[in-house]
Amino acid sequence: MGDAMAMITPLKRVRGLGSAHEGPQHFMKQRLTAVANLILIPFAVGLIATLAGQDLATVKATLANPVVAIALVALVLVMTMHMRIGMQVIIEDYVHEEGAKMMTLAANTFFSWAVAAVAIFAVLKLSFGG
Amino acid sequence: MAEASSEQPARARPLSPHLQIYRLQINMVMSILHRITGAALYFGTLLFAWWLFAAATSPDYFAFVNGLFATWPGMVIVVGYTWALIHHMLGGLRHFVWDTGTGFDIASVDLLSWATIVLSVLLTAGLWYFIAVEKGWVMPWQ
Repeated sequence: MGDAMAMITPLKRVRGLGSAHEGPQHFMKQRLTAVANLILIPFAVGLIATLAGQDLATVKATLANPVVAIALVALVLVMTMHMRIGMQVIIEDYVHEEGAKMMTLAANTFFSWAVAAVAIFAVLKLSFGG
Repeated sequence: MAEASSEQPARARPLSPHLQIYRLQINMVMSILHRITGAALYFGTLLFAWWLFAAATSPDYFAFVNGLFATWPGMVIVVGYTWALIHHMLGGLRHFVWDTGTGFDIASVDLLSWATIVLSVLLTAGLWYFIAVEKGWVMPWQ
């Protein structure tokens, strides 16, 4: 990152902002959620291995464990955030017409939040024994 | 840039070579696969949320959804989903190495790229072999 910063004028470096008028928050958020996923995804893969093809009673018993339920909620939060800002980059790369871009970016946010809402509700309900 | 006030139509400017010009190289293929697996996982979360939703809805609906995942197309999708997950995670690790400013020489780039695809396939195969043995779908010792 040091070399890239050399492309910025001293004033911009002081302000911490380039010509995009925003800092590296998007990049850092993508990396931070990726680090969290390094822990949460192996957990998710292990959970898939445990619960693949199991009946509902087993699923409920597994999710009744608070550690499993909390990790699942964290996974859903981190994963949907990571995928939302990842898809945002894809949209910005390929959709250039301003109106379509705004609509697609909004749809991206709604989709990610909807997935998160459904998954978190289901995890909590299963964990609480519903 | 947009203020060029010439009556003449814009002259065709030279374009840089695009994807179809280049010979495929492993780092380029891994970069493309990273984006494709990312997009696939994006929609794959829908399946994950659907499975959880079914479990939270009713035993019958859960059995129905579980049954769908147990069909051949369902299995292909679920195995593909785990491969995409593992591949995208290994690709992320590769990017973490590059984020430190190291590993940019051709030999390291090639090694890291090949490691991504080879390990992702091996780990996915290992994972499903383990699951198959655990569930008794495969009995290697008989």
